[in-house]
Amino acid sequence: MDDELPGLLARDLDGAFERLVREHQHRVYTIALRITGNSSDAEEIAQDVFLRAYRALAGYTRERARQLRLRPWLATIAVNLARNRLRRHRPAASDIDSLSQAEVPRANGGTPQVELARRETAAHWQRLLADLPDRYRVPLVLRYVDELTYPEMTEVLGMPSGTLKAQVHRGLHLLRAAHDAAEREELTA
Amino acid sequence: MTGLATEHPHDDGSLALVEAALVELRTPAPAALLPNTLVAAGLADQYTVIETALGPVFVAWNGRGVSTITEAADKTAFETRFRQAFGRPIRRATSMPAALGRAIAARLAGDRRARVPVDWRGRTSFEQAVWKKALEIPAGEVRPYSWIAREIGRPKAVRAVGTALARNPIPLVIPCHRVVRVDGHIGEYGLGGPKNKRTILQAEGVDVDGLERLAGSGLRYTGSDTTRIFCLPTCRNARRVTAAHRVRFHSEREATTRGYRACKVCRPAVAA
Repeated sequence: MDDELPGLLARDLDGAFERLVREHQHRVYTIALRITGNSSDAEEIAQDVFLRAYRALAGYTRERARQLRLRPWLATIAVNLARNRLRRHRPAASDIDSLSQAEVPRANGGTPQVELARRETAAHWQRLLADLPDRYRVPLVLRYVDELTYPEMTEVLGMPSGTLKAQVHRGLHLLRAAHDAAEREELTA
Repeated sequence: MTGLATEHPHDDGSLALVEAALVELRTPAPAALLPNTLVAAGLADQYTVIETALGPVFVAWNGRGVSTITEAADKTAFETRFRQAFGRPIRRATSMPAALGRAIAARLAGDRRARVPVDWRGRTSFEQAVWKKALEIPAGEVRPYSWIAREIGRPKAVRAVGTALARNPIPLVIPCHRVVRVDGHIGEYGLGGPKNKRTILQAEGVDVDGLERLAGSGLRYTGSDTTRIFCLPTCRNARRVTAAHRVRFHSEREATTRGYRACKVCRPAVAA
């Protein structure tokens, strides 16, 4: 999708901007949601990402706009805004979306019990993710939730692929250990 | 996501569970994100209806500011006219942003300092100069079209000033109703015609009938024989002059010949 869109944005920003939002809104929102853990923050951040993109594009030359790699570019803005939000206001555990608000993709045709189980699982992993240090959480979100490649992640985070791979690997281990610990706690409770 | 599931083959599958769980955290954006973003960027508008001295009027805005204030028979008529005029989608909002609502209410109540953001796109610099000058006219006072023309440095463009005021996209907030003809007739009004102009001026405390009578007799300025200053008749300084000390003039020349100087608040010397 990125192949054609930068050219369209370069030619007719106002005409193509809606398509930019349509095509990238879910991933931009998800990045913000999974870094901040708060859905209303994520919605605000996602809107801000697109506004900043719009203003930036309005000031770019056609050539510069045509050469944009939209996926890593938008992810960069989203990560920076989400991190800024966390720096200003690190949420207390109570600010992180509760189970009833935990946003997960709705399964088609799932029974209420199945849906509840999915929500519980998503909320569980979101909590574990929120407890991870930023240097692990952000690469994990970009790699698995947003499915960026390592070269794209290098563009976003400004770190070599090798470093990012190590952080992702370490982050997965930390999550796994936290998950196991939570399960043990549940069994002994 | 199948490509990612095998990213860590040396971990005998213990990390695959985590990878799969992370993938499940992908979440669709709220339905409101797209329309709200388009509004914030100024590529779509929202509107609501507010009560004014003229009755209910439609107010539309986007992230750049207020785009229009107008009357319409109903919401369908308003939406159709908006799309034709602006070429952008529009939808009804549940409410106006609180800060914008407060600013508009303050402006309608006569507070000129209330900052109402305006979407100026597509407006000429001349039109903007005319409208911004109209903003300087206090509630309860009026100025001639020629006053605006002179004040913005285009003294011969009186007719163009009238045209620009007729095209005012946000009447009431930009008080084009406070601009009248130099001969005392209150002139045209885009938001429902002269009758509405009279209504809104009277609501702001202007004695429209008295003003028309005065101008009908050729008296365009009011002076004080104690201060030796002359003003436009609705200037706050002119209204403070008691009947015993009030002097009327037909022209600026008459006033200056008799030793009066122009008021520095309403600057009538540019109004002739």
